[in-house]
Order: sequence, then structure tokens, then C-alpha cells
Amino acid sequence: MTTLAPALIEPTLQPNMTLVLVTVGLVAAGTALALDRSLVRVLLGMVLIGNGIAVLYLVISGRAGRAPFVGEDPAAISDPLPQAMVLTAIVISLATIGFLLALSYRLWQISGTDDVPDDAEDARIQRPALEDQTSSTYDPSEASTTTSDELAHGDGSP
Amino acid sequence: MNLTDVPVPDLVPLPVLLPLLGAALALAFRRSPRLQRIVSLAALAAVVVVAGILVWQTDAQGPQVLWLGAWQEPLGISLVADRLSALMLLVSAIVTLLVLVFAIGQGQADSDDETESETPLTIFHPTYLVLAAGVSNAFLAGDLFNLFVGFEILLFSSYVLITLGGAAARIHAGTTYVVVSLLSSALFLVGIAAVYAATGTVNLAQLAIRIGDLSPGVALVLQLSLLTAFAIKAAVFPMSAWLPDSYPTAPAPVTAVFAGLLTKVGVYAIIRTQTLLFPDSPLQGLLMWAALLTMVIGILGAVSQSGLKRILSFTLVSHIGYMIFGIALATPQGTAGAIFYVAHHITIQTALFLITGLVERLGGTTSLDRLGGLAVASPVLATLFFVSAMNLSGIPPLSGFLAKVGLLDAGIAVGTPLAWLLVVGGIVTSLLTLYALAKVWSQAFWRTLADAPRSTETAAALQDGTLDVEPASDPATAVLVDTSPRALPRTMLGATAAMTLVGLLLTVVAGPLYAYTQRAAGDLARRQPYITSVLPVEVRR
Repeated sequence: MTTLAPALIEPTLQPNMTLVLVTVGLVAAGTALALDRSLVRVLLGMVLIGNGIAVLYLVISGRAGRAPFVGEDPAAISDPLPQAMVLTAIVISLATIGFLLALSYRLWQISGTDDVPDDAEDARIQRPALEDQTSSTYDPSEASTTTSDELAHGDGSP
Repeated sequence: MNLTDVPVPDLVPLPVLLPLLGAALALAFRRSPRLQRIVSLAALAAVVVVAGILVWQTDAQGPQVLWLGAWQEPLGISLVADRLSALMLLVSAIVTLLVLVFAIGQGQADSDDETESETPLTIFHPTYLVLAAGVSNAFLAGDLFNLFVGFEILLFSSYVLITLGGAAARIHAGTTYVVVSLLSSALFLVGIAAVYAATGTVNLAQLAIRIGDLSPGVALVLQLSLLTAFAIKAAVFPMSAWLPDSYPTAPAPVTAVFAGLLTKVGVYAIIRTQTLLFPDSPLQGLLMWAALLTMVIGILGAVSQSGLKRILSFTLVSHIGYMIFGIALATPQGTAGAIFYVAHHITIQTALFLITGLVERLGGTTSLDRLGGLAVASPVLATLFFVSAMNLSGIPPLSGFLAKVGLLDAGIAVGTPLAWLLVVGGIVTSLLTLYALAKVWSQAFWRTLADAPRSTETAAALQDGTLDVEPASDPATAVLVDTSPRALPRTMLGATAAMTLVGLLLTVVAGPLYAYTQRAAGDLARRQPYITSVLPVEVRR
């Protein structure tokens, strides 16, 4: 099937709009979640983005057809290559999400929160400001959770 | 038997298969660290030999291709070794082997003094070998999707390695790293989907033919989506902020191999796709600006840091800019410079991070505020650092100088105002690198510990027995003792010295190596050697 581009078979290939909209919805929702401070929400966002991309592969495989078995009429079957690719991608994202889940559990075990920590550079800029005077936009209730072994005052070396 | 009698395509999958096989054996032997070490070392040493033969064969006979699975071409998955891939394979194989030796030395040294080992063998060895397999697979991939799989293999191993031990700092760093990598993989997948929808193939050789038929707008979308995904992996500004936050917390050998290899796989992917798929790129201006900003902002970050690992992480980001500079010029001379720079930078950045690992062992910290007197404590280590630092900043006659001269020369040959701006930016970056590393030298190695601003904390730590500093009632008189029981383990020092020597060796063989990279860049510019050797005649259109 690699030699037959869907665009070449059907020069005016119309993408399935329903699938396109589902992709857009999933990726948009996933992006919104991924921008959150909580790691579990980031993780859920990544799941949604991954699923959205999986749907995108259905869009690019062109018109739906019969199952691509040997012996079927090549013109009637759906393109098997995107299916093979998306299957690989799904398996990889499953494993990665599993790892991220374990990571966020460990983060919660250690710090009692699953918030993504502050950026080390931000904390570095913030610290002199704290010692001198706080800026008007600074909210003291949002404590930093950064621990970088080279930036923290305490000895972070193992 | 004559070497040319070996059916060479059979060698092509070995750089992927040998480490994977080694990983399986290392898992099976998890109760015997000794056997694990032997298996890992043997697998990676064999990859070095195979990669060496591949370099020689691709140079003598042209690209080597293997179609997997016996599908009718071009349906299957192809592995392709051309001059560029073979050179990348050889350099990465040498680096992974030497870093493994360093890690083994560290593991043995740690298990002796009963502290928790930084590199638990049972997990470390199989994961490390899988990482090596992923890197090889990315270099050999003949289609975009196999490139994606290669990236995922190496990324997944890197997730495990960067969070090794599960301490708080590593979990924090690992979180950022995993999320950023996931995002770049998602972008890459979208790019592959777009490429397939537009052309009906993901095979790089076929794409090289078909993308030329697309309308410029569609081609631009494909190029931008692939470039963005690769630029995140290669840490090109403005997608570089994740790197200095995540690399420094990992164990020393892991940081060293990440710094040396992982970003360079992204650079390799950019070189491959830019030259093969988008030879008449409309994005050269954009790439040049990205290169300039990566160089300058990266090195300004390094200058402002006070931790050795973070300084090196920022110089790593900064010097990625040099490679992007060479790619953006889009001349064979520029590409040749970029390839030479990749080979130079892999070895030297790895060497510097290994040295940092030894500094941490010797001084108990990598914070420059608290280090001092290392030149007295270990003259050998000081020499290694000095040579490597001068090499990275580009002092003649070392390979860093030659690589930079090659790139600047290519930039001057192009001669546009933007290219001249990049030439100036490259020189400034080189000088600032020298400044940042000279600062490290004068603070960590040259001054006495008593002069360090926070030496009192070091002195306090030594009284807890965590540091090898002579206990003294007056912390200001504390000095490092070079006969300390924590003298550097010989295996670790040896591996670091070997890594530095490989960096120096690049200077010695610079002539033939530069000629080789020029031939590789010539192949990339002509594109035909790659396309004709991958595709059978009837599907070349």
C-alpha cells in the first residue's frame, strides 16, 4: 500500500469531518489539561492528546473499507499501514502513561502533592527578590517546591 | 578471509540487535553482576567493531541497505547505513562503551563503601543497553516511522535512567523531562500523519522523490511539523528550557551519555530530513535565527550559573546552535562542518560530564561556591578538565577549534548578512564558553578551598564525615587532603581519561575525518546515492 497514496487514488480525498472534529476536540481538551499545575491532570491531558492523534491516523487512512486481509480486492480494503503505525503508537503511549502514573505517585509519596515543581531558574530569580522585597504580583501562599541540588541552600548532594 | 568477502548488509542490523540481545541476557543474569558486566561490555564492544567496519564499508562501497521481513520492496522496513549514519554509529558506540566502563567503576566503588549505589546494576545495565539500541535504530532508520520507534526506545530507557533510584530531585527533574518528551513525540506523530496523508509513504527515499511534487505550502507544513518535533529533542532555542532543568540531577554516567548522545540524535534527524526531504528549504533564515539565539542565549545562561553541571548543560544547549548553524547554511561545506561538529561535541561533552562526576566524588559537591583546591587534590583530574575545557571552547589546535573554523569558513563562504551575523555570534559564543569554563577552572581547581565563599559549609560537611577535608576547628584553614581515602577509583578515572583522549584523537585524525565528513555531506547534497541504493529501479518514481 505504500506505493498508493490515498491522495493519488482519490485526488480529491475528502477527510471525514466527524473524525477531524473528534481529533480537534480531544487535542484541545488535552492541551488545556496539560497546562494545569497538577501532574495527574497533565497526565490525563497527555492521554487525551495521544487518543486524538490516534483518531487522526483514521483520518489519514482515507475512505473506510473492508478489513485488509490477503485475498480481498485491493480496491475495497482500507489502507492497513496507518493502522499498523497507530497500533505501535498506542502501545508506546500506553507504556509511557503507565510510567508517568508511577512517577506522579512517587512524587505524591515524596512531597505530599502532585504539583509540577517550579522551574529552577524561576526560583533562582525569585530568591533574591524574596530576601529584598517582594513584587506586587508575588503570592506568598504559592510556596516553591523546587529542589535542585546545585541551587538549594541545603546540601543536596547524595 | 578478506574483509570485503563479508556480505555487508548483514552487518547493518547488528548495532540494534547486539545491544538488545545483551539487554535480554543482562536481565537474565540479574543475580550475577559480574556476568552482567561482561555481557554489557561485550555487546557494546562488538557494536564498536561493527560500526567501525560499517564506516569503512560505506566509505568504500556506498550506502548499505537491508530490507527487513522479506516484504516486496518498498513495503517493508529498511535499515540504511550511509556515511553519515555510520560515522554517528561509530562515535556513539565508542561513547556508550566508555561511559559503561565509567558506570561499572562507579558501581564497584559505591558498593565498596556501602553507600547506596548510584547505578543499581540490575536495572542499569539492561536499560542502558536498550538505550544504545534505540540510538543505533534512530541512526539506521530508513523511514520516518522507524525513526519514531528508535526515538521512543531511547526515550523510554532515558525515562528510567533519569529517575534511577527515585529520589525527590530526580523525580522532579524526570517529570519535566517525560512530559516534554511526550509532547515532542506527539508532535512527531502528527508530522508523520501529515507526511503520509500528503505522499502515501513514510520511506525516506520515496519521500525524497515525492515531496518535490507537492505544492510548496503543503511541503512547508510537513517541514515545520517535523522540524519542531526534532528541535525539541535536540534542545534548539526556544525549545531548550527543559534540558538544564532535567539533565543535572541524573547520576554522572547517565548525564554524560544523555549530554553526549540524546540531543545529537535530534540533530542527526534534522540533518537527515533537511538534506534528503527538503533540499530547497524556505526555512533557512528561520533556522539561522534559531541557531544564533540557541548559541548566544545558551552561553549567557552558562555564564550566569554557579553549578558545574548546570554550566555544562547550558554550554551543551549553546553548542547545539553551532550544528544548527551548519545545517542552516545548506551548503555541502556547512553540512560537513555540522557533521564534524557533532562528532567532536559528542566526545567532548561526554568527557566533561564524566569529569564532573569525578569532581563531585572528590569535592562532595558541584556547586562552585563550595569547591576549591581540586588541582592539588587531583592533578590528573585537573589536567583532564583543562584539556577538555580548552577543547570545547575552541583553543587551537584542538578539534573544537577545527570544527568551529570549518563552520565559520562555511558561513563566510555563504556571505549573506545573516551568515556574517552568525559568524560573529559563533566567535562570541566561543569566547564566552572560554570565559565560563575558565571561571570553573579558577574557582574549582585553582583557588584554595578557604577562598570559596561557602567553604564553611564544606567544612561543616567534612566534620560529618561526608567530605575528605581535614577536620579543623577553624574552617578557613580547612584544606583538601590529596591522600584522602576517597581517592578516585581507577576505573572511573581511566574511562574519563580515555574519553578525553578520544577527544584529542579527533584532533590528530582531523584531516581524514574532515575529508570523510565532506564526502558524507557531498552524498547528502546529491541525494541520489541514498535514493538509488535504497529503492529498486522500478519504484524510483
